[in-house]
Amino acid sequence: MAVEEGLKIELGKQGVFVTTIEELYNWGRRSSIWPMQFGLACCAIEMIATTMARYDLARFGAEVFRPSPRQADLMIISGTVTKKMAPQVVRLYNQMAEPKYVIAMGACAISGGPFKQGYNVLKGIDRYIPVDVHIPGCPPRPEALLHAFMTLQKKIDAQPLTGEGRPRFLDAQAQGEFPVPEFGEHDLEPSSNKGVWPVPVVISAGTKGLRD
Amino acid sequence: MTVGAFIQETNKPEGWNRPPVMKPDGDGELLEVAMGPHHPSTHGVFRMDVSLDGEKVIRLKPVFGYLHRNHEKLAEGMSYLGSMPFTDRLDYICSLTNNWAYALAVEKLTGQEVPERAEYLRVILGELTRVQNHASSIGFLIQEMGASGTPLMYAFKAREKILDLFEGLTGARMMCNYMRFGGCRVDASPAWLDDTRKVVAGLPGFIDEFERLLTGNEILMARCQGVGILRPELAVNAGVTGPMLRASGVNYDIRKVDSYGIYNRFPFRVPLGDHWDVYDRFMIRLLEVRESIKILEQALKEIPAGPVMDAKVKIRGFRPKPGEAYGRIEAPKGELGFYLISDGGPNPYRYRVRPPSLINLTILEDMCLGQNVADVVLIFGSVDIVLGEVDR
Amino acid sequence: MTAEGIKMMIDAALPGSGVEIVTNPSVSGQHSLRLDPSHAVAVAKFLRDDEGLSLDFLSNATGVDWPDKEITEKVKVKRPVTKTVDGVEQTAEETVEETRKRVEPGCLEAVYHLYSVARKHGPVVIRMRTVNRTDQVELPSLTSVWRSAEFQEREIFDLYGIVFKGHPDLRRLLMWDGFKDHPMRRDYVDPDDFEYEPTAHDEVLKRAEAHRAASQEGRAAGQ
Repeated sequence: MAVEEGLKIELGKQGVFVTTIEELYNWGRRSSIWPMQFGLACCAIEMIATTMARYDLARFGAEVFRPSPRQADLMIISGTVTKKMAPQVVRLYNQMAEPKYVIAMGACAISGGPFKQGYNVLKGIDRYIPVDVHIPGCPPRPEALLHAFMTLQKKIDAQPLTGEGRPRFLDAQAQGEFPVPEFGEHDLEPSSNKGVWPVPVVISAGTKGLRD
Repeated sequence: MTVGAFIQETNKPEGWNRPPVMKPDGDGELLEVAMGPHHPSTHGVFRMDVSLDGEKVIRLKPVFGYLHRNHEKLAEGMSYLGSMPFTDRLDYICSLTNNWAYALAVEKLTGQEVPERAEYLRVILGELTRVQNHASSIGFLIQEMGASGTPLMYAFKAREKILDLFEGLTGARMMCNYMRFGGCRVDASPAWLDDTRKVVAGLPGFIDEFERLLTGNEILMARCQGVGILRPELAVNAGVTGPMLRASGVNYDIRKVDSYGIYNRFPFRVPLGDHWDVYDRFMIRLLEVRESIKILEQALKEIPAGPVMDAKVKIRGFRPKPGEAYGRIEAPKGELGFYLISDGGPNPYRYRVRPPSLINLTILEDMCLGQNVADVVLIFGSVDIVLGEVDR
Repeated sequence: MTAEGIKMMIDAALPGSGVEIVTNPSVSGQHSLRLDPSHAVAVAKFLRDDEGLSLDFLSNATGVDWPDKEITEKVKVKRPVTKTVDGVEQTAEETVEETRKRVEPGCLEAVYHLYSVARKHGPVVIRMRTVNRTDQVELPSLTSVWRSAEFQEREIFDLYGIVFKGHPDLRRLLMWDGFKDHPMRRDYVDPDDFEYEPTAHDEVLKRAEAHRAASQEGRAAGQ
């Protein structure tokens, strides 16, 4: 049963604070997301610049960057994921404790980026693990990373605790550990995780549709 | 085997081509540790397979390729100019010097001339890149020593001012894509030059503050002096270049040896190291920043008016005649060279980047043998590598 | 320090070492010396230790792939031709032009750039060629002369497949150990992992069309 805004403000003036458990729970979760210190390539330098004094990320709750995955909540994949590194990334993701989130920062983490035609480049980390926020850019500005962080916070705020959209760790059927790919002779095996990344179907409009 | 005895054994040419085999004391098993690829102190995705006897390093094998993005194969499928944005992403902290090295190699291949104003702009941007690279490198080194962010914050404060200048001129903070074959992409306005003069006027104060914080610091001196010694003969034979080579006492700076561009107009000194250790490498970088500031002040005073691009240069349909060329510059990390083979078509037949970071890592094992494992992180930080360049 | 001057010095010190000059038609003027693989280490030691040259610094070592070339040429051949003249068959020899195709075998090449730190000159470019691209791909390793060749020759082995004899630790450098191909060769085919490509062109478009057809079939079957 939600309380109206006007009533909340009136009560708040009197010193009485009314909220729901869901709001309080999500507020606690989103205001203290600690990222993992995980930089792969050029975007990592912009991530470090975001944590420095000019574009301070700590004021959004990301106070400390933990090197160990067991103590981190958020993995910012900043930089190109290569096929040699991909099993390590999936292993680190499996080792993170729930609740865990992934931000794919930069064009390389989203889809392979400028190095897409590479024999060693994984065409997007969302082939193996689920990604919550994608940030385009090469590299994205520090302000873009701050915006992505705030988007993630809004996403967490909107998660209900029961029912359809509840987070993974409250859902007994949801998958928390994802299979780690192996090194094959010419490519990773499997080349993508079909459960996480259903191959998008491109429906081409064709030139006829455009002319009509 | 003590470190002193190990240095004497490698004092002969036959001892250079392999690191000496260290024998552990006692009979116990060696502890095999894989440091990386996910590690808070490796500058990116880099792995070292270290075999330890207690705290002492017996064997160290570096493993990389975790960022191999096949830049050279991509370049064979693209035009010459199309590879220019990709050179930004090689050593991603110093994108402008990468552009300059590639432009120099193509100008050697085709014989294009660069107008004078463009040469001055190249020198100004190259030296600004050197300043921010050395400051960041010292900041990262001291953070790995445990200083937990403060020196890095000071370094990034200066770096942000320089990145604002880059953004004002080239349009991007990091991936600038500014140099072209035969000049520079756009001209610098007088307002930009004034801004640059203001920033350069503030740089001596920044370096003084940095030095005051760090140089007399007891912990720094105790941890860095006498650690990671690299002898000059081994450094030359192993192809080490840049501040690492000069910290080992070898006077070889490509800006003085090759005199590319207009560097022969700038009188600057080349600092050399006496003790060949991590502390020397750290001090060399500070002193080089001071010399860069002198070059910047002179260049900003003398920059002439004029065009920034060769008027006869062809952008579309650029097909150099068949042949090959090797061009190199003194990048902040070492000697960055590009080797190009042209077969007369629009794409290069062979495009090779000579990465200073990869070749400086050849003697990482030699420097770390016999040291404590805690020093491995320091020695590795003093080599100052960037994985984008090592793996390309 | 011209290439001819260096060749004369090498021929004087090590006669019969089979050094040739390869001219470089570009403006850079960097001509190279091709070494015979069986004498390469001795020549390299001479280049490093000689007082006048003292090329003690190996700056760059790289590989180049020259694939097999199919050459079509017109050759004049004498052939017996039968012709009917006035109802009588006659055989006479005539010169006929024929087009012949032959395959010139390619090779793999290793190129080294040398500088001198003591005398501050350079570059001196030396090259070595393998016999062919398939089974005789061995070259001597110059790691015993210049330590900086260690990682660079490992990279050439990884990406091109040249086996360096005498290298202390010849393993792959950039790709993982189980990888089977040599990716920088000109005839390398990428693995097919472009299932989704919204702006495809050329070969990528052909592969993407095949995947698109397969996935639309799957969707139709699933419905």
